[in-house]
Amino acid sequence: MLKKSFVGIIKPRLEYQPLTGSISEPILIPPPSTARLLVEGPVEERDTSLFSEGDPITAGQPLRHSGQTDAYAVATVSGTVGTISAYTGDFGKVFTAVTLLRSEEKTEQPDPVVSTPPSLDTALAHLKHLPGTLPLEKFTDQTKPIHTIVIYGGDNDILVTTNQYIVKARTTVLEHGVVSLKQITGVDRIVLAVPGEAVQTFGHLEAEVKKVDMAYPSAFPQMILHTVLGQTLPAGKSCEDLGFCFVTAEAVASLGEAYKTGHYPVRKLITVINKAEKQQLVSAVIGTPLSDIFQQLGITVQDGDRIIVGGPMTGSAVYLEDYPVMPDTSAVVVQDKDAIALVSDYPCINCGECVRTCPVYVPINMLVRLLEAGLYEEAADQYDLYSCIGCGLCSFICPSKIPIYQFIRLAKYELERMKSAEETNESS
Amino acid sequence: MNPRKKFIVSHAPFWHNGSNIPERSYHTLLAALPAVVVGLHYWGMAAVAVVSLSISSAILWELAINKVTKKTVTIGDGNAALIGLLFAMLLPATTPWWAVLTGTFVAVVLGKQIFGGIGGNSFSPVVLSVAMLSISWPHLFDFDGMLVNYDLDFVMVYPLAAVKHFGAGTAADFSFGDLLTGRQVGGIGATFGLGLIAGGIYLIVRGFIRWEISISFLAGIFVAALIFNLIDPTRWAGPMFHLLTGYTLVGAFFLATDDSSSPVNFVPMLIYGAAGGVLTVLIRSIGAFEDGVIYAVLVINLVQPLLDKIRPKALGKVV
Ligand code: SF4
Ligand code: SF4
Repeated sequence: MLKKSFVGIIKPRLEYQPLTGSISEPILIPPPSTARLLVEGPVEERDTSLFSEGDPITAGQPLRHSGQTDAYAVATVSGTVGTISAYTGDFGKVFTAVTLLRSEEKTEQPDPVVSTPPSLDTALAHLKHLPGTLPLEKFTDQTKPIHTIVIYGGDNDILVTTNQYIVKARTTVLEHGVVSLKQITGVDRIVLAVPGEAVQTFGHLEAEVKKVDMAYPSAFPQMILHTVLGQTLPAGKSCEDLGFCFVTAEAVASLGEAYKTGHYPVRKLITVINKAEKQQLVSAVIGTPLSDIFQQLGITVQDGDRIIVGGPMTGSAVYLEDYPVMPDTSAVVVQDKDAIALVSDYPCINCGECVRTCPVYVPINMLVRLLEAGLYEEAADQYDLYSCIGCGLCSFICPSKIPIYQFIRLAKYELERMKSAEETNESS
Repeated sequence: MNPRKKFIVSHAPFWHNGSNIPERSYHTLLAALPAVVVGLHYWGMAAVAVVSLSISSAILWELAINKVTKKTVTIGDGNAALIGLLFAMLLPATTPWWAVLTGTFVAVVLGKQIFGGIGGNSFSPVVLSVAMLSISWPHLFDFDGMLVNYDLDFVMVYPLAAVKHFGAGTAADFSFGDLLTGRQVGGIGATFGLGLIAGGIYLIVRGFIRWEISISFLAGIFVAALIFNLIDPTRWAGPMFHLLTGYTLVGAFFLATDDSSSPVNFVPMLIYGAAGGVLTVLIRSIGAFEDGVIYAVLVINLVQPLLDKIRPKALGKVV
C-alpha cells in the first residue's frame, strides 16, 4: 500500500500501473461446476414461468426476471438451473441469485442472436451483460441522444490492468467490436481513450485515439470528459446528459468476439491483486465463485481478511468467499487482516490535506462537518456534494481517518431517497 | 460447504496513506525541541520546571475534560502535550506555577475542548491563553521585569521593549548572531532563532504544516517592517530585527499554523499569513504592545472562516 512519503510537502500521486513489456497470457480458470448469477430484482416478484429449478439451460441463454422489468442475466455454462434465492448487495440492492449446475457435454451450437446482423433491439435483450457490460439502455433514451461513445482502454482504479490488456492483446476483436457498436447504436463518433504510456498506433481502428494521464483519478469518466474532451460535466449530471457514453474496452471486445465467432463470450478478464499486492490477470467464466480463483492462484483467505470486488480505491467489500465473478468484475483484491486500514471516529482537524488533493475541488473540510451532522441538503447546496466523482482520495489521505467518501456516498443515497419520497408524495 | 469465514466488510477506499494525528503532534513536538533545549540551557532549572509543569498540566486538563464529558481519552494523540509545550515556550522562565496552571487550563479547556475538542477550535488555544493571561496579569509577560534576576553573558534587555521605548537605534545592540543562537531575552522556547527555523523547515518538508502560511507570515513581517524602517529608520527597526525577535518565528511556524484555526486553500493561506505578519509589525510599531504576534494571530484566526471562502470553484459547479 502506498504510504505517505517522508517528504510530505510533495503530494502523493497515486499512479495507474502501466502494462508494459511482454504481456503474459492470463491464467485460465476452469469453468466452475456451479456458476452463480445475479439477476436484478427481488426473488418473490420474479415470474416463475420463465425458468425454474431443474430446467435445462445453455450458455448464452438469457434468464429474465419478469415481464415487468427488463432485468436479466445470461447463462454462462450449460447444464441445469439449481437453487434460486435472494441476495442483498450494497445499499440494500436486491437480487435474485440463480445457481447453474454445469453438465459435462459441450454445446457447440452457434448463438442465435449474434448470428444475425447487429441491431439495438436484439442487443438490448441479449448483450447488456457481456463481459465488461455494455450499457446499451443508454442509447434508448430519446431525450438524451448519444453523439459520442468513449471507449476507455484502461481501468478506473489503480493496480488494475484488465482493460489495458484487452487493448494490447485483443485488437482484432476490439476492432470488430467498434464496427458492431457503430451498427447497433448508430453513433458515428467513437473515441478510444488510452492510458498515457500505452499510446501506440491504432490506425486500423475506426476511432479517434486520445491519451489519458497516468495520475489517479484521470481515468474517471468525468475527468476524461474534462481534460481529454474539454467538456465540464455539471454537478449532478451524467455523461449521457451531455451526449457521451462511456464503455470499457473489454465490453467492446466482447461484442466483437460475439459477432465474429457467433458464440456468446462467457469469460471475464480479471486482475487479481493478492495480499502482497502482486497482480495476476486471470480469465474466468462469469459466475465462477471467487474461491475457485483463489484456490487456483494459491491465495488463502482467513477470518478477518477483506475481499474486495473492484480496485483498492473504488471497489466494494463482499462477505462471501464464493461471491461470483460478475460481468463487470474487473478486479478482485484480497487484503490481509493486518493490512486493513481502519477508520476512526476522530473529528476533522482541518488539516486541509483532502481539500488540496480532491481533483474536483470539493471543500471537504467544510463538507464533512455538515455530513457528520446529517445536514445533507445544506451539504449539497453549499459545499458541492454533487461535484464529487467518488475517487476516494480524501479518505485515503485523511490523517483523522474519517471515512469521508463513505459519508459522501451515504449523503447522496439519502438525498436520492428523500427526493423519490417527495416525488411519490406529490404524485399521490 | 466449509464453515463460513468472517470477512471485514467496509466501504471504499480500502487503502490509507498511513498518516495520523499522533504523528503530526509528535513530529511538531520534535521540531520544537531544539528551541526548547537551548532555552532550557540559558534559563536553567526554573525553565525546566515551567516546561514540565506546562506539559503535564495540559495533559491532565485534557484527561479531566475527557473524563468529565465521558468522551474517549484523547491524551494519546499528543495534542495536549503539544499545547503544553508551545505554551511554555512563550513564557518567561520565572512564570509562577499558578500562572502556568491557569494558562494550560485556558488553552486546553477554554481554547480547545469547549469548541468540541481537536479541530473545532477557532483560535489557536495557545495564543488565546497567552492573550488572556497577558491582559489579566500584564506583568507576567514583561520579560525585563520577570527575568531581572538573570545575568547571562548577553544583552539582558527584551529586544522589542528596547526598540519600543528607546528607539530603533538600540536594535544595533543585538547582533544577529546572538538573536539566532538564543542569546536574547524572551520566552523559554522563543529565542533560539536557528532552532525554530530548523524546526519549521522540518515541519514544512514533512508536510505537517503548510508552508504557504509560514512563508507569507514572515514575508508580511519583512515587508511591513521594511516600509516602516524606510519611512523613519530612527524610530523603527529593520526587518531582520523583527524577524528574529519576540514571538515572530514561533508564531510563523508553530502558532499561525494551527490546523483548526487556519485556512486550507492556497490564496486564503497567503492572505492569512501575510495579514498576520503585517499586523504584527503594525502593533509593534504603532500599537500599544511590545510584541504583536499574539494579537495578530488572534485577528487572523478570527477572519479565517471568511478567508477560506475564497476557493477554487468545484468542477462542474452550477451557480
Ligand atoms: S471522493 Fe473525495 S477526493 Fe474524490 S472527488 Fe469526492 S470529495 Fe473529492
Ligand atoms: S484530511 Fe481529514 S482531517 Fe484533514 S481537513 Fe480533510 S477531513 Fe479534515
